[in-house]
Amino acid sequence: MTTTLRIAFLPLTDAAVLAVASELGFAEEQGLSLDLVRTTSWATLRDRLVYGQVQAAHMLAPLAVAVTLGLSQQPAALAAPYKLNVNGNMLVLASDFAKALEPNVKSRLADPLGTAHDFAAAIGLWRRKPIIGVVHRFSSHAIMLRYWLASAGVDPDRDVVLRVLPPSLMVEAMLADEIDGFIAGEPWGSAAVEAGLAEAVAIGGRIWRRGVEKVLAFRENWLSDNPDSTDRLLRALAPAAAWCDDPAHHGALAHLLSDPRYVDQPAELILRALTGNIVARVGEAPIENPDFMMFAREATSFPWRSQALWIYSQLVRWKMVDHSAENATRAGTVFRPDIFRRALADTNVPMPGASMKLEGALDLPLAVGSRRGELTLGPDRFFDGRIFDPERIEEFLAGFKSQR
Amino acid sequence: MRIVIIDDSGLRATVLEEGLRDAGYDDIHIVPPRGAFVARLERMAPDVVLMDLGSPSRDTLEEMLTVSRALARPIAMFVDQSDEAMIGAAIDAGVSAYVVDGLRKERVKPVLELAVRRFNAFARIQSELDEARTALSDRKVIDRAKSILMKQRGLSEQDAYALLRSSAMNQGKKIVDVAQAIIIASDLLGGAL
Repeated sequence: MTTTLRIAFLPLTDAAVLAVASELGFAEEQGLSLDLVRTTSWATLRDRLVYGQVQAAHMLAPLAVAVTLGLSQQPAALAAPYKLNVNGNMLVLASDFAKALEPNVKSRLADPLGTAHDFAAAIGLWRRKPIIGVVHRFSSHAIMLRYWLASAGVDPDRDVVLRVLPPSLMVEAMLADEIDGFIAGEPWGSAAVEAGLAEAVAIGGRIWRRGVEKVLAFRENWLSDNPDSTDRLLRALAPAAAWCDDPAHHGALAHLLSDPRYVDQPAELILRALTGNIVARVGEAPIENPDFMMFAREATSFPWRSQALWIYSQLVRWKMVDHSAENATRAGTVFRPDIFRRALADTNVPMPGASMKLEGALDLPLAVGSRRGELTLGPDRFFDGRIFDPERIEEFLAGFKSQR
Repeated sequence: MRIVIIDDSGLRATVLEEGLRDAGYDDIHIVPPRGAFVARLERMAPDVVLMDLGSPSRDTLEEMLTVSRALARPIAMFVDQSDEAMIGAAIDAGVSAYVVDGLRKERVKPVLELAVRRFNAFARIQSELDEARTALSDRKVIDRAKSILMKQRGLSEQDAYALLRSSAMNQGKKIVDVAQAIIIASDLLGGAL
């Protein structure tokens, strides 16, 4: 018997794993049929999940944490047993603004710290306080943008205006001069570059080399009431993610996602994030970013609790929530490595032995303890060299004091 | 009670406004979600804000409600979180409602119910319109296929249509799909079919 699961998503390249699981038979193999519900705003996606219109959602990882902490309308305990991708966003700024930055785009992208300082110096030269579009207060990219700005002494709540707009409206807003740039998931940055409106200024994967992006989020009570459906869904997604990661499939994947039911943008633009060949300035040769967006390799989908806690640390840092032991515990338990292990126990998916790790400690690939198969974690450094120890959140937060 | 409707579909907003006025509400304003719409909203100090759930501007609105100090009282989605049937109906109909803190739910519930009914009615009109539009474009496709058949096979219009219909019946397909296939094939072969 086939079970139908309704899953809400936003039109973004990183909804790929869900689309592939649904379209290429991976869900069917597990006796599932996926009813993917295209949604335009994160608020609506959140409501659909919280009020039970869908069983799961393609969700910004910080939003899942924020809803659980009661920071975004109706509080609800959410659970994320699976990460849909790592990396995949970029910051673009109006071509005029970008003139104040390093003109060689390759060097500019390779040096986020230098570029952040160039940005800081350019703020006063711009004709207004720079307005940067972000897709949501609780988006991975907004948090990364804040992190990047603060590294050069820019206070994101004082020195720039962060304006919330849905990703698919960013290009239009640039055209109307309502914003001076934006940070969003692909393909929207590439769309703005291709339209000649903006240049790439920073790439998520160069700010945090293994940055958490979208998770598959459930209501916690649904998850515990439906272990069988949950496990089958995860077993459908794992091979779908491996399929998405395979360079041989990138062309077909871009074509699939270009469909109006999914991203509804030209396949050529979508392909850039998949292959990591990023065009930073219209008409120029693409710049290689091999880990621009990752779906499966290096146990990408494993929900490290330390990553939920890193997100939490940033929410505390920007005074979106007060730090307490209770809040930290609630935030950390949004990520559910226990469910990941249970669901994928009898598969060939490499399984990390631990549930927490230091974030940002790896300069070079490292083979780690795995219950099965070989698992090598890629370099996961933050561009400023900070290391997050999930056991020492206060210490980590104290390190940012001078930046605020 | 001041009600603001945020909507960029003029027709739906009008349908909703009419219903509210008929029900005796008279302090109603329509604001399209463009430009600095949240600033306008703040000046109006509404008690209830109704918005299309599918509007991408919801994220913008929520962010402004979060950071804004201009609204005297907090504003939250839906009036009574415990009323799950009402919330379900609102989500199904595509209504999102933001209500200022402290407004009694008995006062807001009829507004929300009315909005749900009107949104549903509007969705019906919309889908009828879409169907009519599809029917129109279907007819165009069939006409084009007919003219291809007439030209290439020397058939009369009636015979061309009969051929389309019988192929559709034999293959268990819709006539418009068969017609579409003929047009694609003809295009691929540079009109030589």
